[in-house]
Amino acid sequence: MTLALLLDIVSWLLLSAGGVFVFIGGLGALRMPDLYTRMHAASVTDTIGPALIIIGIILQAGLTLASVKLVAILLFLLVTGPTASNALASASLLAGNRPEFAKALSEEERQ
Amino acid sequence: MTIIFSFFLLTMLVITAIAIVRIRDLFAAVMLSGIFSLLLAANFFLLDAADVALTEAAVGAGISTVLFLSALAMTTDKEKAPSSNRIIALIVVTTTTLALIYATFDKPAFGDPDAPIHQHVAPWYLETTREAIDIPNVVTAVLGSFRGYDTLGEVFVVFTAGIGVLFILGAPSGKPRQTTDLHSEGLRHYLVPRVVGRMLTPFILLFALYVQFHGDYGPGGGFQAGAIFAAAIILYALLEGEQRALEAIPRSWLIGMTAGGALLYSAVGLVSMLLGGNFLDYSVLLENPVAGQHIGILVIEAGVGITVTGVLLSIFHAFAARDKF
Amino acid sequence: MYYAVTFALIITMGLALARAIIGPSVYDRVLAMNMFGTKTVLLLAVMAFILGRPDFLDLALIYALINFIGVLAVLEFFQDRASRREEENEVES
Repeated sequence: MTLALLLDIVSWLLLSAGGVFVFIGGLGALRMPDLYTRMHAASVTDTIGPALIIIGIILQAGLTLASVKLVAILLFLLVTGPTASNALASASLLAGNRPEFAKALSEEERQ
Repeated sequence: MTIIFSFFLLTMLVITAIAIVRIRDLFAAVMLSGIFSLLLAANFFLLDAADVALTEAAVGAGISTVLFLSALAMTTDKEKAPSSNRIIALIVVTTTTLALIYATFDKPAFGDPDAPIHQHVAPWYLETTREAIDIPNVVTAVLGSFRGYDTLGEVFVVFTAGIGVLFILGAPSGKPRQTTDLHSEGLRHYLVPRVVGRMLTPFILLFALYVQFHGDYGPGGGFQAGAIFAAAIILYALLEGEQRALEAIPRSWLIGMTAGGALLYSAVGLVSMLLGGNFLDYSVLLENPVAGQHIGILVIEAGVGITVTGVLLSIFHAFAARDKF
Repeated sequence: MYYAVTFALIITMGLALARAIIGPSVYDRVLAMNMFGTKTVLLLAVMAFILGRPDFLDLALIYALINFIGVLAVLEFFQDRASRREEENEVES
């Protein structure tokens, strides 16, 4: 097996795995019951999905300027994705939306 | 295969447009219009128009959303129910749409090499760019050099929009803010976005400079770089408070930048007239005409970037200051 | 090779759009907008390689940036509105 073929197979696997994770995260964001559980699902599409997809593309691009740009894109997404989720969850909690299990717990305490 | 992707993206565009029109909650409409800009820019990218996609990304998805939200802060957030009978409007719109669709049957197919647009001007531009200007990005060559007079008009349109907004919203007298409680300081007490934002702002500014000066070789140029620069300062204003952003770039600088960029552009034209050529003929600026074209495009793109930054930041500060009295 | 990923990304963009249209609260819609932005970044990166134009990756980087700033702006705006409502309620009561 030549190196090129091996690289093709590995990058195809990484791309497919990344695509599967992105799709699962998207499906979770649509079907989950509460805002915070949806955030969990959406953050899957923000971190592991892009990581696998971009590493798959880097293996195809080789050592060029495009790979450097792709590494920059990946670092940027990995830094700003969780930050945005954190900011969104903080804003939502401060506005008064409580997660569903907390509502259920306080109802049990009342009973 | 890209046709199938275009088809999916255009379908989502139509769905988003219908949702924007039908939803009564205006915040949702603003967010859906952000998604609309992103879809539109992806479509432009599929049509191989990178400069347009870049400008749509920089201006439509980020800055327009911020400005719409600032405007919404001053008004109500639910659209009033439609009052009158709108059958006539529906008939007019449907007739116009059908007429436009009928008119597109006469157009040549997309990418057809025998279309008139590919016969006369386009080959001349491609040839002359290689000989006279010698930069890889033909779009920048056409925008900056062949049609430089039109771009001068565009810069003055941006300048006029800026001073128009400043006339309507006014520059406040600079009184300090009255309330100092925790809630009204924006995202200042969220630790994680502040730290991350502080880390990222220098890289965003560096990237804005890269896009500004890389316009000759790839997608980029003055408009996009100005929007990214303004976005970096808006990020700083969101995280640290608007007063700190005004200390970083005061209002006098903003007014200077708004006017100065347009003046810089016109000055290049006047200098080239004084050196013996026509207005905005860059070949006379240096000994070597090709180098003259390069430096001409460089300076005018800098002028465009400066004006766009000044205008966008002035508008943002005008909205933000008004909103908080 | 890239087509399967592109389909997965476009379908996920459709799911995010559905969440943006359905989502009962505004925070659901902000979440959907953020998700849509990052999927667009990935779509552009993959399409740049399908179309054979790797020098268009600047677009993807700018999108990632603008998406982040847009989400923070929306959150700042909501928080400002919520705090102003609280102040009005305190003044009235």
